[in-house]
Amino acid sequence: MKITREEVQRVAVLARLQFSPEEEEILTGQLDKILQYVEKLDQLDTADVEPLAHAVDIVNAFRDDRVANRPSSDSLLANAPAREKDFFKVPKIIE
Amino acid sequence: MSLHALTLHDLHGKLEKREVSSVEITESVFQRISSTEEKLHCYITLCRDAAVQEAKRADERLKRGEASAPLLGIPVALKDIFLTRGLRTTCASKILGSFIPPYDATTVRKLKEAGAVVTGKTNMDEFAMGSSTENSAFAATRNPWNPERVPGGSSGGSAAAVAADQCIAALGTDTGGSIRQPASCCGIVGMKPTYGRVSRYGVIAFASSLDQVGPMTKDVTDCALMLEAIAGHDPSDSTSVDAPAPAYAGFLNGDIKGLRVGIPKEYFIKGIQPEVEQGVKDAIRVIERNGAGVEEISLPHTEYAVAVYYIIATAEASSNLARYDGMKYGYRAPARDLTETYMKSREEGFGAEVKRRIMLGTYALSAGYYDAYYLKAQKVRALIKRDFAEAFRKCDAIVTPTAPTTAFKIGEKTQDPLQMYLSDIFTISVNLAGLPGLSLPCGFDGDGLPIGMQIIGKHFDEATILKLAFAYEQATEWHKKKPILDHG
Repeated sequence: MKITREEVQRVAVLARLQFSPEEEEILTGQLDKILQYVEKLDQLDTADVEPLAHAVDIVNAFRDDRVANRPSSDSLLANAPAREKDFFKVPKIIE
Repeated sequence: MSLHALTLHDLHGKLEKREVSSVEITESVFQRISSTEEKLHCYITLCRDAAVQEAKRADERLKRGEASAPLLGIPVALKDIFLTRGLRTTCASKILGSFIPPYDATTVRKLKEAGAVVTGKTNMDEFAMGSSTENSAFAATRNPWNPERVPGGSSGGSAAAVAADQCIAALGTDTGGSIRQPASCCGIVGMKPTYGRVSRYGVIAFASSLDQVGPMTKDVTDCALMLEAIAGHDPSDSTSVDAPAPAYAGFLNGDIKGLRVGIPKEYFIKGIQPEVEQGVKDAIRVIERNGAGVEEISLPHTEYAVAVYYIIATAEASSNLARYDGMKYGYRAPARDLTETYMKSREEGFGAEVKRRIMLGTYALSAGYYDAYYLKAQKVRALIKRDFAEAFRKCDAIVTPTAPTTAFKIGEKTQDPLQMYLSDIFTISVNLAGLPGLSLPCGFDGDGLPIGMQIIGKHFDEATILKLAFAYEQATEWHKKKPILDHG
C-alpha cells in the first residue's frame, strides 16, 4: 500500500475536503493505484538532474503597479454568496 | 452547402464580397444548434440574442467597407473556462454554477475586437480535468460521429461543436492534451501553441505551468487565422512571451521539400489501436511523397510522462483550486462555522474527479512526500524536455498519433481514473516540455471514427507545424468529411 485510509483523512483536512466513509474507501484504492503507477519514476536515477518548474526560459516580468481596467465594485459584489451593503458577508472568524 | 458547414476562410471571402451577411451566417449556425444540440450537448450556455446583435454590428462594419479582419462577423464558440464579461462562466462546475465574470479574458477581448460573434460557452470536463467531457456537472457531450462515443476532453464541447457545425471555429485550452485529443476524437484541427505564445489572463487556472489556449477549427487555414488573432504578448500574463507572432497564414504554401520529420519509435507501442497506427503510418508516407525527409528518432523518457504529469498537474491544481472557498464568489454551503463552510462548500461544489486530483496534489506536496513525488516529477520533467531538445537537433518537426485509440465509449473509463489518464499518453509530454503541438485528421477506423495525427514543433515554431499540416491536408480529403447527423 502506498497510501492508507488515515493518510487520506489527513490530506482531506489539509485540502479542506470531506468524504463519506464509502467515498473514502474508494478514493484510497484509486489513489493507491495511481501512486503505484507513479512509482515507475523511481526507476530513473535523477541525482544529477536539476528540477524543472517551467518549460520555457522566462525571467520575472516586472511592470509598474498601475490601476487598469478596474471592474466596478458592483460587478464584483454581484457574485458574492452573501453581501451586506458594499461588503462581502462571511462567517464569523473570531468568537 | 449550408452556411454553417463552411470554413472560417470561406465565409470571410463571402463576407468580403458581400455575398452573405454575418446575421445570415449566425442565424444558420443557431438553426444548426437548435436541430442538433438536444442530441449532442455541446454547449453549457448559449447567447443567441447577443450574437445576433454582434452580427449586426459586424455587418455595419462590413457595409462601411472597413478593411476586415478574418474573424469579422464569424460565429465562434468559447470553452466555458474563458471569462466572458457579463456572460455566465462555470468551468462545468457546480462551484461556479452562477458565476458572472466582471471582465473578459485577453483572448476573448482580442476575438471580440476582431469582430468575432460569440455563440456561447461550450461544455468541458469540470475545471478541464478529464479526457472525455463526462466530468461536466451539467451533461456529457456526445461525439457527432457516433453519439455512443465520447468527444474526448477536456475541450470536448468545443471539438464536437466544430465537428457538428454548431459554430465556425472555437477556442479550447490544453493542459495535457485537452485541445488535441478531442480534436482527434472529433476529426477536426486543434492546436496547443507554445507555452507563453497566447495569454492565459482570464482563463480559469488548472495547472499554471502547463495550461495554454488554442484554436479548434475545421481546417488548417482556419487554425492559422485563429492563432494569429489570439497570439502575442500580454502584460497581464507574466508568463506570456514578448516575441512577435508571425502572420501564420503566410506559411501555408504546401512546400515541405527538405523539411526533416522525426518519427519517435516510443509512440508506436503495444496497446495502440492497429487502425490508428496504420492511419498515421500512411500519413507519414504522404508527407514523404510530398518532399519531406522522414527519419526515426527516440524520445526515451516518453513512458514516464503520464506519471510526471499526474504529480505536477495535480500539485498545481491543488494550489490553484484553493481559492474556491465560498467567500467572495462561487457556491457557499450553509454551515455552522468557517471551517465547516470551507469543507461543505468544496465537498458539495466540486465533482469526484476534481476532488481526486486535489487530494493527489495535496498529498504530493505534503510534508514528507514532497521530495519523493513533486521534486522527483520535476526532475523527470527536465529529462523529458531534454529528449525533445536532442531530437530537434535532427529534425524540424515530429509526427505521432494524437491518441492511442479513436473515441472510446461513453462510460467505458469513468470507473478507472488511471485508464482515463492513459488516453493522454501521446499528448502530455508536449505540455511538460512547453512545445507547440497540433492534431489533424488522417483517416477513419472500421467504426467510422476519426483518427488524429499529431505534429510537434520547436518552441515558438508554430509556423513549421502549420506549414506541414497544410501540405498534408492539401494532399488528402479527410478534412472535407462530415459526420451525418439525423436532423439536417
